Amino acid sequence: MNHPGLPQLIIILCYLGLLLLLGLSSSRLFKGTKEDYQVASHSIGPFLLLMSLFGTTMTAFALVGSSGEAFKEGIGVYGMLASSSGIIHSLCFFVIGVKVWKFARRHKYTTQIEFFRDRLESDFIGLLLFPILVGLVVPYLLIGVISSGTVIQSLTAGLAPNVEMFQALTPDGNPIVALNGGVPPWLGSLVICVVVLVYVFFGGMRGTTWANTLQTIVFMILGIVTFYVIASRLGGQDGLMANLQALAESVPEEKITRMEMSKTKFFTYLLIPLSVGMFPHLFQHWMTAKSANTFKVPVICHPLFIMIVWVPCVLVGIWATGDLIPPKPPLPSNPNTILPFLVKTQTGKVLGGLLAAGILAAIMSSLDSQFLCIGTIFTNDVLTHYKGKENVSDAQQVLYTRLFIIGIVAITYLLSLGNVKSVFAMGVWCFSGFSALFPIVFAALYWRGLTAAGAISGIFAAIVSWSVLFYQALEQDALRTFVLKLPLGGEEYEIMPVVVMLASSLVTMIVVSLVTPKPSEQTLARFF
Amino acid sequence: MTSSTTPKSNGMWIIAALVVLLLILHQDNWFWTDDTLVFGFIPIGLFWHACISIGASLTWALATVIAWPLDDEVVEQLEGTSSEEATS
Repeated sequence: MNHPGLPQLIIILCYLGLLLLLGLSSSRLFKGTKEDYQVASHSIGPFLLLMSLFGTTMTAFALVGSSGEAFKEGIGVYGMLASSSGIIHSLCFFVIGVKVWKFARRHKYTTQIEFFRDRLESDFIGLLLFPILVGLVVPYLLIGVISSGTVIQSLTAGLAPNVEMFQALTPDGNPIVALNGGVPPWLGSLVICVVVLVYVFFGGMRGTTWANTLQTIVFMILGIVTFYVIASRLGGQDGLMANLQALAESVPEEKITRMEMSKTKFFTYLLIPLSVGMFPHLFQHWMTAKSANTFKVPVICHPLFIMIVWVPCVLVGIWATGDLIPPKPPLPSNPNTILPFLVKTQTGKVLGGLLAAGILAAIMSSLDSQFLCIGTIFTNDVLTHYKGKENVSDAQQVLYTRLFIIGIVAITYLLSLGNVKSVFAMGVWCFSGFSALFPIVFAALYWRGLTAAGAISGIFAAIVSWSVLFYQALEQDALRTFVLKLPLGGEEYEIMPVVVMLASSLVTMIVVSLVTPKPSEQTLARFF
Repeated sequence: MTSSTTPKSNGMWIIAALVVLLLILHQDNWFWTDDTLVFGFIPIGLFWHACISIGASLTWALATVIAWPLDDEVVEQLEGTSSEEATS
């Protein structure tokens, strides 16, 4: 058990085994119907809904990225990414989720596309949204698959440094200490994909929800335990409070303030969490709610849960910039490996293994919902829609959903073997794309005047503005850091590209809707 | 009908005002360069935003009481439909 990387590997394997067991157990309750497979027969209560929604929205970024970003940017990342999400995510659950649930229950929708097609009397909007939603979810999936491979490799480093397949070398042939001998990323990612595939395949939405609940509990508890242990080891004082104070005093001023952060960029980042209103996998989770009141607990607790996970991670991230960090071994250059590095160097092997399980839990709790959602979209919005519901039995729809899930897992895995860096940078673009579509779903729920032409034009405006800005960012080789500069009164203000995307989609949608024919009164009466 | 919708629409306005207030408080330019450590260990900018998270949670708790967007009769109707489906 003292072999480097072995305890971590055993803990990871035990955890994955537990998940498989849970997924297979949930399949014993499977009723064999499409509705049960895709939305758990609308049977999910408040606690499971809270855990599954939170687990789905918190990716690996919540643990690894938050500490990494805090290490780079300081405490400002909490306001930029966490407290803003606490306000806006619950706003989306409240304003969009509950209303969409009502219509979906009344008219039997499972996907967003079914809702938009009916609400706007347009088949084309489904054809248009389908590639966009899938195209925006796939990079999001890739981030999870790639992160899982990287996390497993870094936390099992030293396991088999002499096996060629496990070696991680620099271009000039020297071993990378933090990674060498760890399970290679292609193998780690493959195992994660297979585990998620198995429990989604057999358990459907019920398995996904159960697994999400377990995983959310795991990553929340382990995050807090890790925080306590790292604080105790780094602080070198007696007692938690004394350690926390010593660590805070060691942090440079620029990391405990936002003196290097743009105020306008911080402000415009508020629009990014609106993406939650258009995430297709969240839409499907909303549909699992047993009743409208089931939403109350997630709406209230979501901001608190974000705080519980993010505050400790941000503190650990800024501590890593202080002078209490031991000079050896040197900190890794990649900020996203700061947390795994500190766990590895400052805690025991068992906690390292448990934290690996916690990070994988955060990753998998998003992956499963996304895989299931894409399988559902393919089955309901393309296959069944065009083949005709009467020509596809319930059992066949379950089968097709499962086959599509296998296909999408395989494609995502193969794509994950490609260029890594560009995919991570795609994260914020992916979210911005979903945010740019927010006006469409909001107007579809609250504005009688929205027309099919208006919605379609708005979607096109979002695509065009997204593409133009993305091309500019690519040209400047600044996908991750790209901002627009707004000259005003002799000064330049940085704003996030999402502002332009959302504004162009909103204005186009309103203008075109005002001059084009509305859906029939009969259709409007069904929704207003 | 009017008597049951009026308190709810008032509630909506209260929640809308509280959300706008949270968004204003979120842009805390006044703590931008303040390096005070609250309780000696938590930077004031981080502490403020943690309080915003708590404020958001309280706001949404209030929203579920005074501005829940689904009328009770609609819920009963939908839930009635689903239980009929389940038994059939």
